[in-house]
Amino acid sequence: MIKLIAWRLAFALPLLLAVTAAMFALAQASPFDPVRQYLGDRAMVTDPAVVESIRANWGLDRPVVEQYATWLGNLLTGDLGDSHSFHRPVAEVIAERLPWTLLATSCAIALMLVGSLIAGTLAAWRKGSWLDRLITGGAFANESAPVFWLALLAIYVFAVRLGWLPAGGLSDPAATSLDPLDVAQHLVLPVVVLAVSQSSWLVLYVRESVIGTLREDFVVGARSRGLRERTVIVRHALRSALLPFLTILGARVPELVTGAILVETVFSWPGVASTSVQAALSVDFPLLAILTLMGTVAVVAGNLLADLAYRVADPRTRAVAV
Amino acid sequence: MGLARRLAALTVAATLATACSAPQGPAPAAGGAGDAFVIGLGSEFENLSPVLGFAADGGSLMFDGLMRRAPDLSLQPNLASAPPASSPDGKTVTFTLREGVKFHDGRPLTARDVAYTYTTLLDPKTNSPISGDYSAIEQVSAKDDRTVEFTLKHPYAPLVQRTTLGIVPEGGIDPAKPVGTGPYSFVSWTPGDKVVLKANESYFGGAPAIKNVVLAFALDDNVRSTRLAAGEFDAAILPPKAAKRFENTAGTKVYRVDSADYRGIMFPMKEKVTGDLAVRKAFDLAVDRQAMVDTILAGSGKPAFGPISPDISWHNPAVTGNPRPDRDQAAKLLDEAGWKLGEDGVRAKDGLRAAFTLMYPAGDSLRKELALATASDAKKIGLEVKPEGLDWDAIEPRMAKDALIMGYGSPYDPDYLNYELFHSSYQGKGFFNPGYYANPEVDKLLETGRESADEAVRKQAYTDFQKIIHDQQVWTYLVFLKHVYVVRGDWQGITPSVDAHEHATGGLFRDLASWKPGK
Repeated sequence: MIKLIAWRLAFALPLLLAVTAAMFALAQASPFDPVRQYLGDRAMVTDPAVVESIRANWGLDRPVVEQYATWLGNLLTGDLGDSHSFHRPVAEVIAERLPWTLLATSCAIALMLVGSLIAGTLAAWRKGSWLDRLITGGAFANESAPVFWLALLAIYVFAVRLGWLPAGGLSDPAATSLDPLDVAQHLVLPVVVLAVSQSSWLVLYVRESVIGTLREDFVVGARSRGLRERTVIVRHALRSALLPFLTILGARVPELVTGAILVETVFSWPGVASTSVQAALSVDFPLLAILTLMGTVAVVAGNLLADLAYRVADPRTRAVAV
Repeated sequence: MGLARRLAALTVAATLATACSAPQGPAPAAGGAGDAFVIGLGSEFENLSPVLGFAADGGSLMFDGLMRRAPDLSLQPNLASAPPASSPDGKTVTFTLREGVKFHDGRPLTARDVAYTYTTLLDPKTNSPISGDYSAIEQVSAKDDRTVEFTLKHPYAPLVQRTTLGIVPEGGIDPAKPVGTGPYSFVSWTPGDKVVLKANESYFGGAPAIKNVVLAFALDDNVRSTRLAAGEFDAAILPPKAAKRFENTAGTKVYRVDSADYRGIMFPMKEKVTGDLAVRKAFDLAVDRQAMVDTILAGSGKPAFGPISPDISWHNPAVTGNPRPDRDQAAKLLDEAGWKLGEDGVRAKDGLRAAFTLMYPAGDSLRKELALATASDAKKIGLEVKPEGLDWDAIEPRMAKDALIMGYGSPYDPDYLNYELFHSSYQGKGFFNPGYYANPEVDKLLETGRESADEAVRKQAYTDFQKIIHDQQVWTYLVFLKHVYVVRGDWQGITPSVDAHEHATGGLFRDLASWKPGK
């Protein structure tokens, strides 16, 4: 176990380094001028001498390699730099927004797990029925629908037409403080859309897996022993079908990150994911680099956790080397 | 998914959001406006720090400057107790502060806070985008608790106009919790969502009647209009067409406020076609400004003939024209100058076709419509104008070669912008004078206007300046916009002024603290 973690970490470090270098190269090649983005509408009325002085203060007039080395050195000493587009230290921007992203995505993951386990198992249990066809068909249709489209559809139906839920934001526009109930109401649509958009593959996977195990001898045995159908499905079939599921969950983290970016943007949710769009458009390298690093870490950690969980769940894999 | 595709997807998403929000939903999102006054704004603040350029021209609600502007644009003492005293050489300006003013956190205002604000703004390390506007200042120092002295590098008449800049306490403000002396104090800022303010009950100008203010950001015009109709917003800034539906609605009032905000065409002076005065004059005559105001602006605008709006006292009444095109006169001018109509309907002179490219920023639908309209007007007199929508980063390197639709305009002082746009020392410097206009006579007038302390001398200088710019058609000005605000409810004390090009919390809402319920 320790060996696996050590191996992964040894692999992760050069990976993270390569990701930041690639990020930096892309930011350099971007046609957008960071100083223009910083100035916003004021770019047209700012003295060119001021523009040059800002460029010099940010070190943008230095050679590319030197800029990268400086940034990396600061990062190692814990200085994340200042976000140009937010006019604030990167650490503050992240600290303020990360909790909202974690709240939304963890709720979405929980909902997605519970929802797709139930739907997948139901479909497997009643394989071939109208219920199975509805769930399977729905899952395929959902998989082909882009996340942002689903989000806009949800806004149109539940916020514009029915008026049941707010269309976006974190709290009511007139609210002067954060009321947990108000936030919960604003949380519903983003969480449900994110969960639903990511759940198709999970539903289909659970269905296949449960159908497979239902044919296994131990399930047939349990049935022939006269156990209740519910016990057979939940305690025997589902449990053993869950094992490979963990690996897949870890491997799907990148999709979840992408989904979060789109959902947060459409619902004006003030999390870190939507921030990355703004950072990319304004070539806010200090912020974009940290966000990309965080995304990379999430993917690496997701895979590692999945592998570890798999080993804990299935003792046979423990002996196998990486 | 690649980044490009993701961005493309977002663009589609934004378009769809517009399409989705356009239908009239039967019900607003949960929760009404409550007791807070909610203003729907179309763009979010980049920051809330006056030294970084937040509301430097006043109207921030949270901060006060040494001076403030009355609705007629005259300057009145605000944190200063009286208008400033200038030394005879015009290089030293002294302000005395009002007594008993306190910041929102209870600290008393002193001259050191004023000196700190200006010194920080001018410090190159601050990276303030507006430091160029204050470059005439050599230093600002506190003589005693209530006396501030500005020392200037050269006489600079508009200095007093610049002192509407909000004053922050010495030592600076936490960007997450700004502190000022204004009628409203800061409560919270949810980035991407809103800024919440509450009344400053101990404001030296009297406590505001509206106790809670929310500045909500909704970038999409249709979203803002829908949320206003649903009662979520109490007021909003809207484009003229989106404001139409509120005109005959009970309970809402539409304000069309005059502005100095113009759209015009900047010509590259060193190019053969646009550098020819006859072409520019004929182009000016061919443009149908009235049609632009009536159709493109839905009536919310005025024809423009020069950089200074007729609503401002600095305007030269001789700078005017016919809002309708005069194609015969235009054709005559071109014929006389040797531009003869060719077989393809485009004029030519010595083998050179009378054609030029007109660039506009691709995302700006107003400038796009204006570009298309001028192109079709020009075609009628045999000029070929090719409109081309580009990103600003693509426009910038081409500005010396191709004409461009630009928008500027400040109602405050004629020195603002005009010096940078027309003085030869700014030739080819970024977005200032990109067409390489150089005229020693104009340079001289702009310098006189900037440095003279005599109002009559300044007035004459800017009157002559406007005449030359108009006669030489350095730019062809098209329209002045009117800014449209919709306000719900019955309020007294709403005093429209003349808006500038930018309008965040300024504009109609700059005097929010003195609004009173009508009944």
